[in-house]
Amino acid sequence: MIQASPPPAAKPAAATPVAAPPTLAARGGFQRALRHRLLPRGRSLVTVVPVFWLLLFFLVPFGIVLKISLSEAAIAMPPYEPLFAWAENVLTLRLNLGNYLFMLEDSLYAVAYLNSLKIAALSTLMCLLLGYPMAYAIARAAPEWRSPLLMLVILPFWTSFLIRVYAWIGILKQEGLLNQFLLWLGVIDAPLHILYSETAVYIGIVYSYLPFMILPLYATLEKLDLTLLEAAADLGARPWKAFVSVTLPLSLPGVIAGSLLVFIPAVGEFVIPSLLGGPDALMIGTVLWNEFSANRDWPVASAVAIALLLLLVVPIMIFQHQQGKQQAAEARR
Amino acid sequence: MVQPIRKTTLDPWQDPKEEPYVRIEKVTKKFGDFVAVDDVSLNIYRKEFFSLLGGSGSGKTTLLRMLAGFETPTEGRIFIDGVDMTGVPPYARPVNMMFQSYALFPHMSVEQNVAFGLKQDHVPKDETRRRVAEVLDLVQLGPFAKRRPHQLSGGQRQRVALARSLVKRPKLLLLDEPLSALDKRLRERTAFELVNIQEQVGVTFVMVTHDQEEAMTMSSRIAVMNTGWIAQVGTPAQVYEYPGSRFVAGFIGDVNLFEGIVVEEEPDHILVRSDEVACDLYISHGAVVPRGAKVAVAIRPEKMSVSKEGAAGPGTRNAVVGTVREIAYLGQFSTYLVALDTGKTVRVTMPNTNRAAEMPITWEDRVVVSWRPLAGVVLTQ
Repeated sequence: MIQASPPPAAKPAAATPVAAPPTLAARGGFQRALRHRLLPRGRSLVTVVPVFWLLLFFLVPFGIVLKISLSEAAIAMPPYEPLFAWAENVLTLRLNLGNYLFMLEDSLYAVAYLNSLKIAALSTLMCLLLGYPMAYAIARAAPEWRSPLLMLVILPFWTSFLIRVYAWIGILKQEGLLNQFLLWLGVIDAPLHILYSETAVYIGIVYSYLPFMILPLYATLEKLDLTLLEAAADLGARPWKAFVSVTLPLSLPGVIAGSLLVFIPAVGEFVIPSLLGGPDALMIGTVLWNEFSANRDWPVASAVAIALLLLLVVPIMIFQHQQGKQQAAEARR
Repeated sequence: MVQPIRKTTLDPWQDPKEEPYVRIEKVTKKFGDFVAVDDVSLNIYRKEFFSLLGGSGSGKTTLLRMLAGFETPTEGRIFIDGVDMTGVPPYARPVNMMFQSYALFPHMSVEQNVAFGLKQDHVPKDETRRRVAEVLDLVQLGPFAKRRPHQLSGGQRQRVALARSLVKRPKLLLLDEPLSALDKRLRERTAFELVNIQEQVGVTFVMVTHDQEEAMTMSSRIAVMNTGWIAQVGTPAQVYEYPGSRFVAGFIGDVNLFEGIVVEEEPDHILVRSDEVACDLYISHGAVVPRGAKVAVAIRPEKMSVSKEGAAGPGTRNAVVGTVREIAYLGQFSTYLVALDTGKTVRVTMPNTNRAAEMPITWEDRVVVSWRPLAGVVLTQ
């Protein structure tokens, strides 16, 4: 290490400190003070927007639905009785819990809820089994291939969801593409009855929600440090063992995120069961839709919606909790 | 850095009867058109602490990864303890590696990390527990067994990585820049610890490093690598005192190189004349170089001295006049940059045997730079 020490003759000149212009220092201090004063205010301003958004587009409609669920059905416009009545100087509040009791009485609702949970859970599992290898393959593909492959996963979003579900009718129906192909192959003698069955609902849900599984899985798998796998191999783990003991546990946050992103909307799904499902594919979303449009029983439909929401709040809270834990862990790093 | 004293009594590489433990035979590794390792042959002996030293792109890490089995040689073969490693996957090799990033499993505790390798071999639970405890004691991490890697300091993580790679008692332990992530003080202490642990467990170590000081203090032998080939193999002293080429002389430590032509060649000395220095370079040890050959004479800064007295100039030997341009005072010694009248700048390091206030030499002084006949090394490559 050689420090360039100037010869003594040159020293006095260099020793004079080059003082920073005082204005500069002052301005720096001022800016800092300004930032201190502005930042907290700026922050609360930023949070106001989502809070306002939630209030306007979630809490207010939720309040309206809650209100309707507690009223009585009527042949009127709108088709329910008001909660508050003002008569002879008495303000009466009539809370009708009958809609909720009705849901408990009629086994249709319980069956529909349980069936929705079952279909959503099984679809989530199938999405996981299908999506994990796909996400893994994309994450391990050559870097120049990853973007196009991800693009292919997202591409279906560019056409309408409804059109894609209708397209499945064309594929699955009696004389549809799938049956014709299988007949041509000689695998089957008579066309399969897939459309208007629970199988078709599973196919539709898995197809529609697969990207929501693949994307978070890809995000965690892509971040995975490959030297960890080398370390596992170095310590004697065969590839499969290394996957089970290193890759899989470390991709668990992605598995949880993907599963919730599939499970939560799948429980309330009504387009797919009503278009592809038959009478056996009873899901709470379809029941709700029927109560609302065919029966015009808004209060019962609202009660069903509130119950569905409560049913979904639990998994959402698990998800939130998991996210919070993960973020805390990352912050610690 | 103070050099840890090695207790090796016999140097196995000098014993003709000793079988090399690791034999690298004409190994070449190409990535596409790029040749990372170029026809390297190397013998490493049992219980050695062998270093592969080189800059980035020298092929040292690729060579290490081929020993671990993460890369397969394009040509050539590697034998470990007499067994051909061609086609043997990493998980089946009697080799463990300590990664530069440590590569600790973040979802496992210290204990689980260390036990991982034993679990793969289906070692019984009691034995696993005993061996894990043993190796954690060895690296002084017993109390931290239940912690997760992110709850440890850098130095502690490094020791977990070491424990994890030692617990399987590998035939060969590979260390990829083991000290690079530690700060300077910790690095020195850890270097000692590594050497001590290596002597305790008696495992053969192969270390990759770009830090010559690290390689010098820890290794039994060093292979200096440059762009895929091995420039020189030797003990730290051999590599430092008798560099075989301009590259090695320049890579290890500081050096003054004088390019010149041999003008006298006698059994007891040779004389080199150089345009870069206004005196004859007299080297009194037996370099066998024909008269008229173009050579470089390498002289280490600490083997030269500066003083205000003495004869110098044309006709004198190993003494030349120059002007002091820079002085770096480093406490125990000072480094002087002296501009010779030929324009060449030489670097001289002198111990500060007197107190700083009494130092007689200062900037712009005219001084005589001199060195003894044994100081120079003649380099033909």
